[in-house]
Amino acid sequence: MLSLKWRLSSQLRSSCIFNLSNIVDRGGVFEAVNQAISWPLQLRVLAAFSASSASVCRGPGVESLTGTGVGKMIHSLFLINCSGDIFLEKHWKSVVSQSVCDYFFEAQEKAADVENVPPVISTPHHYLISIYRDKLFFVSVIQTEVPPLFVIEFLHRVADTFQDYFGECSEAAIKDNVVIVYELLEEMLDNGFPLATESNILKELIKPPTILRSVVNSITGSSNVGDTLPTGQLSNIPWRRAGVKYTNNEAYFDVIEEIDAIIDKSGSTVFAEIQGVIDACIKLSGMPDLSLSFMNPRLLDDVSFHPCIRFKRWESERVLSFIPPDGNFRLISYRVSSQNLVAIPVYVKHSISFKENSSCGRFDITIGPKQNMGKTIEGITVTVHMPKVVLNMNLTPTQGSYTFDPVTKVLTWDVGKITPQKLPSLKGLVNLQSGAPKPEENPSLNIQFKIQQLAISGLKVNRLDMYGEKYKPFKGVKYVTKAGKFQVYY
Amino acid sequence: MSAAPAYSEDKGGSAGPGEPEYGHDPASGGIFSSDYKRHDDLKEMLDTNKDSLKLEAMKRIVAMIARGKNASDLFPAVVKNVACKNIEVKKLVYVYLVRYAEEQQDLALLSISTFQRGLKDPNQLIRASALRVLSSIRVPIIVPIMMLAIKEAASDMSPYVRKTAAHAIPKLYSLDSDQKDQLIEVIEKLLADKTTLVAGSVVMAFEEVCPERIDLIHKNYRKLCNLLIDVEEWGQVVIISMLTRYARTQFLSPTQNESLLEENAEKAFYGSEEDEAKGAGSEDAAASALPARKPYVMDPDHRLLLRNTKPLLQSRSAAVVMAVAQLYFHLAPKAEVGVIAKALVRLLRSHSEVQYVVLQNVATMSIKRRGMFEPYLKSFYIRSTDPTQIKILKLEVLTNLANETNIPTVLREFQTYIRSMDKDFVAATIQAIGRCATNIGRVRDTCLNGLVQLLSNRDELVVAESVVVIKKLLQMQPAQHGEIIKHLAKLTDNIQVPMARASILWLIGEYCEHVPRIAPDVLRKMAKSFTAEEDIVKLQVINLAAKLYLTNSKQTKLLTQYVLSLAKYDQNYDIRDRARFTRQLIVPSEQGGALSRHAKKLFLAPKPAPVLESSFKDRDHFQLGSLSHLLNAKATGYQELPDWPEEAPDPSVRNVEVPEWTKCSNREKRKEKEKPFYSDSEGESGPTESADSEPESESESDSKSSSESGSGDSSSESENEDQDEDEEKVRGSESEQSEEDVEKRKTKKKKVPEGKGEASSSDEGSDSSSSSSESEMTSESEEEQLEPASWRRKTPPSLCLIIVLSTPTVTPPSVQPVSPPAIVSTSLAADLEGLTLTDSTLVPSLLSPVSGVGRQELLHRVAGEGLAVDYTFSRQPFSGDPHMVSVHIHFSNSSDTPIKGLHLGTSKLPAGISIQEFPEIESLEPGESATAVMGINFCDSTQAANFQLCTQTRQFYVSIQPPVGELMAPVFMSENEFKKEQGKLMGMNEITEKLMLPDTCRSDHIVVQKVTTTANLGRVPCGTSDEYRFAGRTLTSGSLVLLTLDARPAGAAQLTVNSEKMVIGTMLVKDVIQALIQ
Repeated sequence: MLSLKWRLSSQLRSSCIFNLSNIVDRGGVFEAVNQAISWPLQLRVLAAFSASSASVCRGPGVESLTGTGVGKMIHSLFLINCSGDIFLEKHWKSVVSQSVCDYFFEAQEKAADVENVPPVISTPHHYLISIYRDKLFFVSVIQTEVPPLFVIEFLHRVADTFQDYFGECSEAAIKDNVVIVYELLEEMLDNGFPLATESNILKELIKPPTILRSVVNSITGSSNVGDTLPTGQLSNIPWRRAGVKYTNNEAYFDVIEEIDAIIDKSGSTVFAEIQGVIDACIKLSGMPDLSLSFMNPRLLDDVSFHPCIRFKRWESERVLSFIPPDGNFRLISYRVSSQNLVAIPVYVKHSISFKENSSCGRFDITIGPKQNMGKTIEGITVTVHMPKVVLNMNLTPTQGSYTFDPVTKVLTWDVGKITPQKLPSLKGLVNLQSGAPKPEENPSLNIQFKIQQLAISGLKVNRLDMYGEKYKPFKGVKYVTKAGKFQVYY
Repeated sequence: MSAAPAYSEDKGGSAGPGEPEYGHDPASGGIFSSDYKRHDDLKEMLDTNKDSLKLEAMKRIVAMIARGKNASDLFPAVVKNVACKNIEVKKLVYVYLVRYAEEQQDLALLSISTFQRGLKDPNQLIRASALRVLSSIRVPIIVPIMMLAIKEAASDMSPYVRKTAAHAIPKLYSLDSDQKDQLIEVIEKLLADKTTLVAGSVVMAFEEVCPERIDLIHKNYRKLCNLLIDVEEWGQVVIISMLTRYARTQFLSPTQNESLLEENAEKAFYGSEEDEAKGAGSEDAAASALPARKPYVMDPDHRLLLRNTKPLLQSRSAAVVMAVAQLYFHLAPKAEVGVIAKALVRLLRSHSEVQYVVLQNVATMSIKRRGMFEPYLKSFYIRSTDPTQIKILKLEVLTNLANETNIPTVLREFQTYIRSMDKDFVAATIQAIGRCATNIGRVRDTCLNGLVQLLSNRDELVVAESVVVIKKLLQMQPAQHGEIIKHLAKLTDNIQVPMARASILWLIGEYCEHVPRIAPDVLRKMAKSFTAEEDIVKLQVINLAAKLYLTNSKQTKLLTQYVLSLAKYDQNYDIRDRARFTRQLIVPSEQGGALSRHAKKLFLAPKPAPVLESSFKDRDHFQLGSLSHLLNAKATGYQELPDWPEEAPDPSVRNVEVPEWTKCSNREKRKEKEKPFYSDSEGESGPTESADSEPESESESDSKSSSESGSGDSSSESENEDQDEDEEKVRGSESEQSEEDVEKRKTKKKKVPEGKGEASSSDEGSDSSSSSSESEMTSESEEEQLEPASWRRKTPPSLCLIIVLSTPTVTPPSVQPVSPPAIVSTSLAADLEGLTLTDSTLVPSLLSPVSGVGRQELLHRVAGEGLAVDYTFSRQPFSGDPHMVSVHIHFSNSSDTPIKGLHLGTSKLPAGISIQEFPEIESLEPGESATAVMGINFCDSTQAANFQLCTQTRQFYVSIQPPVGELMAPVFMSENEFKKEQGKLMGMNEITEKLMLPDTCRSDHIVVQKVTTTANLGRVPCGTSDEYRFAGRTLTSGSLVLLTLDARPAGAAQLTVNSEKMVIGTMLVKDVIQALIQ
């Protein structure tokens, strides 16, 4: 009985193959065959078989062919939230069991802190490469040698894409859009190797969700998948989609500079550099060819470019010449790193003292403008990590408000703006655990601030020219300086 | 039924009212039954005719898959929707299919016909997606179908489909490795592909299927190098990593000769110890001294790779930057490796995972090439906000970078770190201080004092760590530090950390003669608390007891015996064993006298100080940036980085010869010379390419780039130049030296195997002609030389060789050349064409060599009795004679009988016109077609060349009349040169015509395209945007043809042609206008 079944199934299989090989040989025949065999008929036959024998589907000789050792770059991807739930999985080849994530959880436990989970974990059969973004872990399963940065870069690109599509890269957003997420992952990776990762192309293949569209979709039953097939991938400017049209043509550039600095106890600068980016928001019709020039391009010490920028033009003329992607993107990032050049806009006076044999101490901090180049410094926040023995703090700010979290021992002082007439300060008492010795470790002080309309390096955009299109675009440049990793030693 | 609520319910939110909640929680008991029910309703939905319902069902199924639930029982219901018209349903079905096909192979087979139909679709994206899914269905039975599909797609017109084919190769290989040989064929074919889209994917396939077949890369090496900058980021990483391996097998080590010359320098380079002792100063001096003297000459291809990867250091992708960095680390001469430091430091601003990987690699690099990162020392300073794992890696780098000069700053930083709240980090800092102290003798005392101060720290971990480090340091010079040992001895009362206690005990035991009074007392205390100690402490107590017994048995005999007795009954067998062993050894007994006599030697032998070294030492035997390097263990599939070869393999394998029909000619080779640094990016960056592909400015930037490409390079080159001075008298301008040089090395290379420049007989022809042109030129004034020199330069000697060797019986052209061979510029045109081609790969007509004329009929198949003959102007240099226009003749046999013996018969040619005939085609089977190349020297006229085409039985009279545009070949000149030449060709030689450009013809791209298809001219860069300039030389006489098109905004334009050959000029104006206004 069983052998009969086998024979039948293999006959069926061979007939399929016969059909298929016909098709391969002569394209025309295939059409006829395909139409001649009606789906339901085939299916009914097959369903009957699969109902009667579960193992019918595989011939014995077939199995040995599968699963040679060759791997590929990214085998599977798991998305894990902070509480350790695997809420999405995607496999690009055979399925890897979720249990592989146990190795990850183990490492996570050992690390204590989410930031200290090693990005690369070796397990007996796989390697796990993970990133931590927006309270989510993206854990990818790798089987063979691959540059770890390749995978990390890709995972971040995936997270960026989610951010771009859903406005946030959160568990809720991903769960709400699980189908789009799946479609995206399918396009971004083919057999574990990145295929389409440019946002412009992806958006042509798969439309991002909007409220309006989801309403329309639910009524009309239409979909998020683009009807027209994209052209971008196929041209040599893969980052720009074709046929862009706007009624208002605009090009905005944000020059954002962040000051990274380490200031020592005495207030002198140990280390300072400026990390800058130019983010662009380009909404221009057609195929504009832009060139952006600076008053003082030599300032830029080390620059990394969006692929659209013509490197040679920059090398020879120090002009950024490019055909932009549509929408928001990061044009360049740069670094200005001569220590003398970096003006530090604020100074901080601080002291903390503990009385011997008493469980309290004095805390005093004053902040003031240093070189602000005539602009107001705003959005100042001071964060102090207090030693573990600190129990509570009783402080009075002259300006703004403060909070102290007794669990994490973090003091946050939201200062706001600095007015030079009256310098903001925060003074008061620190209560220690009774009986505990006075702490030896120093609190560290991180400062956030913002200065509008100023690029602290002095970088200035000279002009933006557009070629290739006839209309006159609206152009705008905005400068802002922020504190990056701005730290003061106690 | 409304679709939306059903879906939203499934999305993981709360179930809508009235809707049954199905199995959200896999652990819930009712899951089986509810799943079953739900699947029923999904099946129904899938069976309807409504797309919206199907879509809804598919969305729910995909959501199930995403959560890792089994949806395999829906397979039959889903698979029949594979032919659904709705694109989204189709896509989701694909997703499903790829996931479950392996489990349900027979059913999956039913879907395959749909994909096969898709493979024939006129839309490239559908073809590509069909191939993607077909190859992702892991059903072994369809292997032959996949193979065919891949083969077909590999020669698809669309580069995107070819890319997909490349992706499919590893999929098929993993399914059935027996297909390897066939797949390698496909890979070989795709490797020859010239589009950037394909390059990355096919190299990825190569790496997965046949990384050992390095020979497949030879012919494509230069092309890959040149395309690299335009490949997408992921492809760049794969290609760079592959090329690193390739270069290690093909080129000589750039450092090998240094060792012969300056052994010390070599050591400083490899051995970190010497390095450290010497300090950065001497190292730098050595680095700068080296290139000046070394006889090593880098293979131009090696240089090409370094040069073309360098700009990628400014990529936004960390993976690409890392890939280039490892390439430079493994391949570049020492003096040039420094460039990567800046880029790597930039990555430290990126995500913490990126920092983690980069720091690991920097740590390895900084051991070998410390000087490289020294200027960036401060970038590795640690912030309290860094995660601990990053802090520890930064600390590692800081320690590696510390030397005599910067140690005070580093130590000051470390002092700050010690007061950090992160205890693991503090411990690591203390170890780092220890390492600095061992490495840099000058600060040893300072460090030791600092560490001793830490002993009074209230945190036990800090103290313990300090003790351990102090112990290691004291071992280096124990005599001077009796005080410290005493201090430590006091600490035994307080410190509870076992490792620290053990360390103190060991120290006291080891140096008990320095603290003769304290040691017995410590032993007394330890004996008291022995039972409560940890195992490692107990072992050290026994150790201490034994040592004291040997040196001071009077005071400690009883104590020792007491300790040994306690140990004898310890729970731990190690301790019991040790106790027994020690007793036998030290306590003299009747039999065991022999051993105990030597006990002192055993216990109190001088012990070498431990070497505190980085855990990253020697990690660089793994390729940097690889997973294996990161894990410090060989990962599956890791390709070992080969050692440099002793002898360089034959570099000529990378030469791409001029094939008969493929158009690439030796474009690659030339590109590498003409080709400046980044020109590719320009050339291929988009439709505006024509607007900014400025051939001349390329050579400008070339000079710039070469001067920039490291002092070591240029100095070695100039030195090389000196040697060759007598050989090569003609000099380009200063800025062109390096370029010239590359070529010269080539010349040298070529000549060496033949015995120092003594060319074989067939070589002589070219030699003499070149030397005659040389002497001519040297007699000219400096300024005059410039231009011909650049001409000469562009003739690759190897090419000459090939030409002469392949056609030894070339008849000398009737007109003696006035200028050096024009062939050069023709093939340059091919180069440029190649560049524009990749830009417009979508247009199939442009895929064949560009000629305005396209295919023309030479002999109709009726007149030819079944033999149809067409011809095209390929615009390639004709390999036999530079003055000839190369014409491709396509024969096809549409008769029933084979046509035999196709050859050229006697021809009646007008004066001056000569023909180089094609080799006889012996037989052309029915239905077959063949292609041959012939050269015609039209003598700069548009007279037709009449000749006979003979078969064995018949003769046909045919004629080829060239359009005027094909009688020239592009030349490249700068704007200034162009203006100068134009100035010489005024008056009679200038023809001007006004015209109106139609609307369709106002964009740069179209104008340039129209002009270049009409005439084989090269674009000349131009400062103003509305002016277009082109230049060429006629093939036979080599007279200049300069074309200027001045387009005014409204469409009015003026066309000017300057040429000595007035007839050609007039006709050209006519043709170009014709083309433009059409």
